[in-house]
This record gives sequence, structure tokens and C-alpha cells, in this order.
Amino acid sequence: MTQTFTLDGQEIPFTPGQTIIQAALAAGVFIPHLCYHPEFKPHGSCKLCTVKVNGRHTASCTFKANTGLQVESNTEELNAERRTLVQMLFVEGNHFCPSCEKSGNCQLQATAYDLGMMSPHFDHFFPDRPVDASHPELLLDFNRCILCSLCVRASRDVDGKSVFALADRGIQSHLIVNAESGQLADTNVSVDDKAVQVCPVGVILRKRQGFVVPIGERTYDELPISGHVHGAVTLTEES
Amino acid sequence: MEVVEKKKLKVATTSLAGCFGCHMSFLDIDERLFDLVELVEFDRSPLTDIKEVGKCDIGIIEGGLCNAENVHVLLEFRRQCKVLIAMGACAVNGGLPAQRNHLPLAEILSEVYLSSPGLGNGMIPNDPELPLPLNQVHPIHEVVKVDVFIPGCPPSGDAIWKVLTDLLSGQGPSLGHGLLHYD
Repeated sequence: MTQTFTLDGQEIPFTPGQTIIQAALAAGVFIPHLCYHPEFKPHGSCKLCTVKVNGRHTASCTFKANTGLQVESNTEELNAERRTLVQMLFVEGNHFCPSCEKSGNCQLQATAYDLGMMSPHFDHFFPDRPVDASHPELLLDFNRCILCSLCVRASRDVDGKSVFALADRGIQSHLIVNAESGQLADTNVSVDDKAVQVCPVGVILRKRQGFVVPIGERTYDELPISGHVHGAVTLTEES
Repeated sequence: MEVVEKKKLKVATTSLAGCFGCHMSFLDIDERLFDLVELVEFDRSPLTDIKEVGKCDIGIIEGGLCNAENVHVLLEFRRQCKVLIAMGACAVNGGLPAQRNHLPLAEILSEVYLSSPGLGNGMIPNDPELPLPLNQVHPIHEVVKVDVFIPGCPPSGDAIWKVLTDLLSGQGPSLGHGLLHYD
């Protein structure tokens, strides 16, 4: 017999070992997320996928599904908390969508739209984060980094290169490049690397590709991110 | 028989550190402007050329704060308007002007007015009538309470119309998929 748990009143089947978000997405039910990616070990850091399991907050990307769990996700309370998290991400970095070539393909932006974020609410940090344009094929714009660590995981676990890492802790956390110079040009990164494909925001960008797909015809223009449950399984940049 | 005219709401608009693109987009509500003027009367606005804002029901601010005069005008609007709307990316998060925020102001002024090519005998403007620039550009909610935000660069005419008609009919304004844009 198929095992199930309850998500917002709906029975969700799961196979033992699956996390709540894995089972939900497989069943076509969207749970907002940024640092979760189906192909990688969960990081559990963005907290966007937080749900209530039997009344207690937990990250659905790390919590294993189990028979009979009562899970709440799409509630006003949880979505308000998610909106606050996204607002904090927006003010911590420099997220200027009008001048970002990722606009329309960006999961942070699409998630904020989906949560109805009308304002950043908080005071902006306006941090000073120089870009790294050293590489002939790739641009690194740290202003937009949300520390999801997907490039870190992809480079280490798939590409076997460990080009990226997160350095420091807490509010000082930031993305670094594993080269003595700190420059991307001095690494063995390649445009075909998984790490290059996986960035959910506009940090790791292919040069000269920015507007190949025009604004208005991009991933989240037609359907909101919550409508991409099956499409979201492979998060390639220009699909 | 005397026709009782419905009292119109007073609306003021201004552009601070913006490019007037949001006002242009506001005009993109096109023929709906006729419906709008049945419901509202404009106070201070580039549309009326009234210079001082009076008591208003709705104040619409385009642009963020890049100089002392912007702050002054914003405070006047907040004092005079019951509902204050931040219209467009610059009012909402500083927008393009805020991209100078990681550069020291003196360096910017010197590059623009002194060291750029083609500026023979350049000088940094210092006429006392010119408002002093702020060290950083700020979105307006960092200085006054803002009641309603319409993001977008610019927000489409449809988005502006949706928010205004929601407000005029007494609903909390909301923008769904397709109307809510940050770019």
C-alpha cells in the first residue's frame, strides 16, 4: 500500500527516504524554495520551504516524509514569513531587476512575485560588492548572491572542481572563488560546468548571452514559478 | 432639480530622483484618464504645474531620494496626503540612481565635473539654489511611512490603473501575475 502524508488537506504519496518537498513536488504540489534543488543534497539554509509539520516549523527540504504527518504549507501565516525572508534577501544584496539580465529567469524574483512582495519593507544595506569580469566567458556579479550554495555543491559534487565556496559566517558570509588571486579566470571553471548552469539568481552569467531570450518571453513570464512544478526539476539557464 | 456632484478625491503626484518614466506610464492608462478625472481632481502634479502640495487624499511619488530637496518634497507630501503611494522601482528600492551608492559622492562629482574628458575648466556646481546631493540614494520608505507600493521600471499603465481603481473602490490594492514586475 502506498504511504501518504497530508499536505494542506491533500494526501501526498511518498516513498520511504523522500523528504516532504521531494514528495510534494513529485505530486505536483509547489512549495516555495531557493536553495533546494532536486539534483543536490539539501542545504536547508534559505528556509523558504519551511512548513509546519504537526504544528512545528521545519524545512521541508530536510524533513523526511512519514506516514500520517499533518503538513501545512500554503497558509497565510507561512507565506507571510516567506515574504519576509525574501524581503531580507532583497535588502541584503543589490537586487536591481531593471538592469539585471537574469530578470524573468530569476527564481528569487519569481518567488517574490509569487508571494506578492510589493515592497522590500526593510532598510537597504547597499553593500559594496565588486563584480569579477576576469573570465573571458563568464561574469560573476556578487551583488545578487543569496548564498544558496548551489554553485558550491554543483562544482564540488558534479564538476569535481570546487571552484566556489562560502566564506566567513553569519552576516559576513559571502561567495568566494577558489583561486589564489580570487579571480574566476584563474580557476579551471568551464561554461559547461553544472555550477554555471545552476545559479538561481543573476550571479553566474554567460557573457554575451544576456538578452538572447528577450524580456517578456522568459521562464516566468507566462507562468508564475508555482506553475513550474514539473518544469522546475531541471533548472537550466536558457531552456 | 439640483444635481449633487460627488466629491472628487484629491490626488497629487511628483517625480523625485526618477526619470518621469513612471509618469509617462501613468499616461499610458490612455482613455481611462477620462474615467479617472470623473473620480479625482489633481493637485500638485506635473500635469497641473501646481508647485505646492495641498491637502490631498492620495499622493503618488515617483523616484527615490538623491538630494535635500527630494527629502523636503517627500515630507510635504507625507504631511498633506492621507495615502502615500511609492510608484516605480526608484521610489520602491532606489532604482538606477541607487547604483551610485557604493561610490563616495566626492569621487562621483569629481569624475563627472572635473576629470571626464571634454570638460575644460570644469567645476563642481555650487550655486546656493542647487539642492545638496545625499551621500546615498534612498527609497522613500526609508524616510517616511509609505502606504502602497507599485513596483516596476516603470509599472505598466495597467498596473497603475489596477492599484488606483482598487484604492478608489476601497479595496487593498494587489497586483497578480503579469502585473507585478520589478523590471
